[in-house]
Amino acid sequence: MIENISLSFKGMLSHKIRSLLTMLGIIIGIASIIAIVSTIKGTNEQIKNNLIGSGNNTVNIQLFQGDWAMDFQYESAPSGVPAISRETKEKIENIDEVERVSLYRQRQYLDSIYYLNKQLAGGNVTGIDENYFDVMNYRIKLGKGFSENDFKNNQKTAVIDSIVAKNLFEGEEPIGKVIDICGEPFKVIGVAVKSNTFEPVIETVEDYHTYKSDASGKIFIPERSWPIAFKFDEPQNCIVKAVDTDAMTQAGKKAADILNNTLSVSEDINVKYKGESLLEQAKSMQDLSNSTNKMLVWIASISLLVGGIGVMNIMLVSVTERTREIGLKKALGARKKRILVQFLTEASVLTSIGGIIGVISGIILAQVISKFADVPVSISGVSIVISVVFSMAVGIIFGLIPSVKAANLNPIDALRYE
Amino acid sequence: MILDMNGIYKDYLLGKEPVPVLKDVNLQVDEGDYIAIMGPSGSGKSTLMNIIGCLDKQTAGSFIFDGMDISQCSDKELSDIRNRKIGFVFQNFNLLPRQSVLENVELPLLYAGVGKRERREMAKQALIKVGLEERINFKPTQLSGGQKQRVAIARAMINNPKMLLADEPTGALDTKSGEQIMKLFYELNSEGVTIVMITHEREIAEYARKIMLIRDGEISDCGGGAEQ
Repeated sequence: MIENISLSFKGMLSHKIRSLLTMLGIIIGIASIIAIVSTIKGTNEQIKNNLIGSGNNTVNIQLFQGDWAMDFQYESAPSGVPAISRETKEKIENIDEVERVSLYRQRQYLDSIYYLNKQLAGGNVTGIDENYFDVMNYRIKLGKGFSENDFKNNQKTAVIDSIVAKNLFEGEEPIGKVIDICGEPFKVIGVAVKSNTFEPVIETVEDYHTYKSDASGKIFIPERSWPIAFKFDEPQNCIVKAVDTDAMTQAGKKAADILNNTLSVSEDINVKYKGESLLEQAKSMQDLSNSTNKMLVWIASISLLVGGIGVMNIMLVSVTERTREIGLKKALGARKKRILVQFLTEASVLTSIGGIIGVISGIILAQVISKFADVPVSISGVSIVISVVFSMAVGIIFGLIPSVKAANLNPIDALRYE
Repeated sequence: MILDMNGIYKDYLLGKEPVPVLKDVNLQVDEGDYIAIMGPSGSGKSTLMNIIGCLDKQTAGSFIFDGMDISQCSDKELSDIRNRKIGFVFQNFNLLPRQSVLENVELPLLYAGVGKRERREMAKQALIKVGLEERINFKPTQLSGGQKQRVAIARAMINNPKMLLADEPTGALDTKSGEQIMKLFYELNSEGVTIVMITHEREIAEYARKIMLIRDGEISDCGGGAEQ
């Protein structure tokens, strides 16, 4: 076998241009498949990170009227929707799939936030409980977080995120400063940041609304202080952190069931809690990206097919050219199998080298795509191994007909061939 | 007796019509014989040579080579007979141009499953015997015709075959080189190698101990040769 391989290399080197051109089809095919697969994988990982928040595993449970999530900023809660009690929260916390629960209230696009005379346009105020920072993956970067005293005794304290710190204080030290929320003074005690940075991909109008308020920053206040700024007590939003990514859907469903049991609304207004399933959303987006890209892989495979036909063609030429050599080898005692294996080895060495060059070009191509199209890539070892094995298989499959032809040559005709 | 042919017939199909090429050929070769088979072109001598060389099978008749009935042999067995029992020398040498002289000579050993190191050594010895030890790393294209034929003879003899089968071995050589090859054949024969040579040149045939004549597919002993 080693002899056959070294013979194949000799043969290739003696026809450099021909071998290179033959390999080109395989190189292009493998390179495009590697580039596409790497981009799919990168995109999928990005989707997962963006939607699921890189292991954060949180599920929002919202009140829906029909298919629409209710927004208490513009409408008041229908009668029969109570604020979520401590007992209900404990029940949700006891669900197997739930690790932690946080209740919060939120106002977006507020124009009534000031520091001295400076207005924070489109700010977001969230009234939070003691679990919120943990569930949402915030950490205190500067100053301190809320103490038990802040939560229990209606303290007018606030934690801001770094965007608010930048927009409102512009380099000034924010800790200890007093900001004005809806006419009430709140003292800034800390600056919080997300533990993992999250770059939202805005593709739809909904995405835009979801992420818009992030742009001007968030201000957090203790939930008990909420009525001070916003005067009335409204039902909270509920967010649960599931034990792992796969438990997210179940955690959301079970929590929504518990919350729905607390409702005493009439059937016809059709108000219900629903857990949004980011996992399913992510999966369906990944499915979409997978299926689009699978088609691309098929298209790229066509070039591999064309490459394979090229290999077959050149092998047939090679068999014809070397008819005398085959005849001689047979006369000297080479068995059919040896001739067959020799030609198959030549074809698969040719395509394997093409495959290896293809993998290298594919990786380079993926990096170039990533740079210019701003798409993340993730190169998988498995796809590299599969590509090389596959290109070897292309050599064997398309080399088969020429090799059988060579092996079956009649030695007399072959020796006589001019 | 190494070769025993009785009533050999060989037909080729021309369209649907069978064309007889060999008609009732009887040929016996003993070990150590040196036979030349002469005949004009179209006489059937190449066909006879192919059958003797186990490259082709007869249509009818019996052919026993070294105790084996060739008509009963499988493809594999025929390959092994060609590899171990017959050494071929062709008119146009049939050396592989991309491989060195040494690698060309090694080829039959490769098919016989001999290990690399042993192969190298045996091929070297064979080349020394034909006087080409200086040329082992040359490519065939760098050699003269006579040298090429000597490489081919070294290759033919490498497996110590029972019989050397030569098809017009001097056909592509000048007189002087031809004489050298014939001298080499003579030496090999004196060492006990059986030689069957096909030629259409009377002077070359004269080097053999016995000359057979083939004409229109029929063989006859025409006497002559070195024995007479």
